[in-house]
Amino acid sequence: MGDHNFLKVENLSTHFKTERGKVTAVEGITFDLREGEILGIVGESGCGKSVTSQSILRLFDEKHLASHGGRILFKGKNLLELSNSEMEDIRGNEISMIFQDPLSSLNPVFTVGQQITEAILLHQKLSRKEAFNQAIEMLKLTGIPAPEKRINEYPHELSGGMRQRVMIAMALACKPSLLIADEPTTALDVTIQAQILELMLDLKKESNMGIIFITHDLGVVAETCTRVAVMYLGQVVEETDIDSLFEKPLHPYTKGLLKSIPKIDGDRNRKLNEVEGTVPSLNNIPKGCRFSTRCKFADEKCRQQMPELESHNDTHKVRCWHYKEILERGDQFATTSN
Amino acid sequence: MKEYVLKRILSLIPILFIVSLVVFFIIHITPGDPAYVMLGDTATEEQVEELRGQLGLDRPIYEQYFIWIGGIVTGNLGYSYFMDMSVTTALLEHLSPTAALALLAEILAICIGIPFGILAAKKKGSYLDQSLMGFSLLGISIPSFLLALLLILLISVQLQWLPVAGYAPISEGIGMHLKYLILPAISLGVMQAALIARMTRSSMLDVLNENYIKTALSKGAKNRSIVYKHALRNAFLPILTVIGQTFGVLVTGAAVVETVFNIPGLGQLIINSIERRDYSTIQGVILFITFSYVIINLLIDLIYGIIDPRVRLSQK
Repeated sequence: MGDHNFLKVENLSTHFKTERGKVTAVEGITFDLREGEILGIVGESGCGKSVTSQSILRLFDEKHLASHGGRILFKGKNLLELSNSEMEDIRGNEISMIFQDPLSSLNPVFTVGQQITEAILLHQKLSRKEAFNQAIEMLKLTGIPAPEKRINEYPHELSGGMRQRVMIAMALACKPSLLIADEPTTALDVTIQAQILELMLDLKKESNMGIIFITHDLGVVAETCTRVAVMYLGQVVEETDIDSLFEKPLHPYTKGLLKSIPKIDGDRNRKLNEVEGTVPSLNNIPKGCRFSTRCKFADEKCRQQMPELESHNDTHKVRCWHYKEILERGDQFATTSN
Repeated sequence: MKEYVLKRILSLIPILFIVSLVVFFIIHITPGDPAYVMLGDTATEEQVEELRGQLGLDRPIYEQYFIWIGGIVTGNLGYSYFMDMSVTTALLEHLSPTAALALLAEILAICIGIPFGILAAKKKGSYLDQSLMGFSLLGISIPSFLLALLLILLISVQLQWLPVAGYAPISEGIGMHLKYLILPAISLGVMQAALIARMTRSSMLDVLNENYIKTALSKGAKNRSIVYKHALRNAFLPILTVIGQTFGVLVTGAAVVETVFNIPGLGQLIINSIERRDYSTIQGVILFITFSYVIINLLIDLIYGIIDPRVRLSQK
């Protein structure tokens, strides 16, 4: 399936300069994506999903704010080594992005048409008229009714679902080979969510682009993704294909996440499962395994030494000292290890 | 948009009505009979009565108001006995120096304030930003008359590049006109430039953090287009408000600088009229100034509507 060198993120780290010094937002981010594949990145709020995705496009102000480490290989080129103008050629052209809140992500003082046309004109040698017609085509493709009329409207005149369709039209206008969707359905009604997901899957079928799908919704992941990277506190803790994630999760955090999904036929009087405790702040990162403060299996080694992301088999990676023991002995391991 | 414009214009009527009431009553709020005040201590009873008749002060107050307002609507602001000419004529004579001065000062303020504000926002936290903002603080703090005196001392007296004071109408050539206006315009414009720069900086910083800036970046837009196209237009509303306010201040508040530079503008007219207790001129000038302030703000409101489509909508 596809080219192995499509996107390889190796040990990516992103640091921010703040008034209290350098803060590492994400670290040790490693995953890869093949052409036409949909990779889900899941995790709680604040675990660094969005930072990861925006780091790939280098959207942070690198002069004043952020610095990166590691490598992001896209079609063989390391994006982190490209010049600004080379990045500008890639953004919106080869790699596009859709954001969480379509209202605040669209410029309020320009019409939808102006914004889509701009994306087209930035990367294609077309006349304004041709670009405008192409923008109408894109809107049609995303299923917006009466696109000839809508194209002259402003974002505040559209509904939430329609705004996200506009964002998708804009992102796909130059037929990118990689789309990064950062919680594209989170700000939408449930019914609209399903429509937007379906639309994205339809459009993907036609173009065979790769998608990185960032979400905290495991239900959405199950429906759409082929592979998943689970993030916790700025690190990838597990990466695998979708079936083994749901059937054979290895990391205690992934297990906790999966258990916390309420089931429709579950016992209504029972308390919902949750992952105990809260995510520590980035200023107060545990010394060893980052999940050790919330993990029932954690022992002294976990608290002192950080585990690496290691391969369990060809398609399954996990960052845990004891995943093998836990796999063999299950919950019993917890009692013996403490 | 039509509806918005109409609504904004209609909303001026009550404002102008209240303004006219206030201005009209100035003459009645001041203690003593205006006729007495105007004629001085030595006037006889008959002379006072005669002037009261001429000024219409012997009629009921509402009648006086309607006569006055009726005159204003037809362009007649009254008659100044001191200058022996109609107030409208006096006003028009003194208007062009003030208007030219205010315009030049505002152009200077905008041309300095906005680029400096943008620069400071782009280089937030740098030494450039800090020194620009330091200068702007200085600009806001220094009184215009002091700056005027310092400029005269340096440029006109020491270097002798520009005239010390005076005014040349535009009919004497644009070069001559500007030669006399440039120092007063700088003294007036520096403070406004500082205000505009500070507002531009903070407004740009707000906007540059918005999500749609990230969207523009992710589309592959160039830095220049992000700052000047995507951000500036959004950041412009608060900047425009400040420009409107500063322009109002320039029209009304040029009096001090006009006095320092001896420019025969509205400021001089009003100060002289106050000294002479020339009530009809005071009324006329104040009414005119208020009117221009209101009109400037109307224009600003209309430009809001052009820049931001959401303003049009919310006003429906």
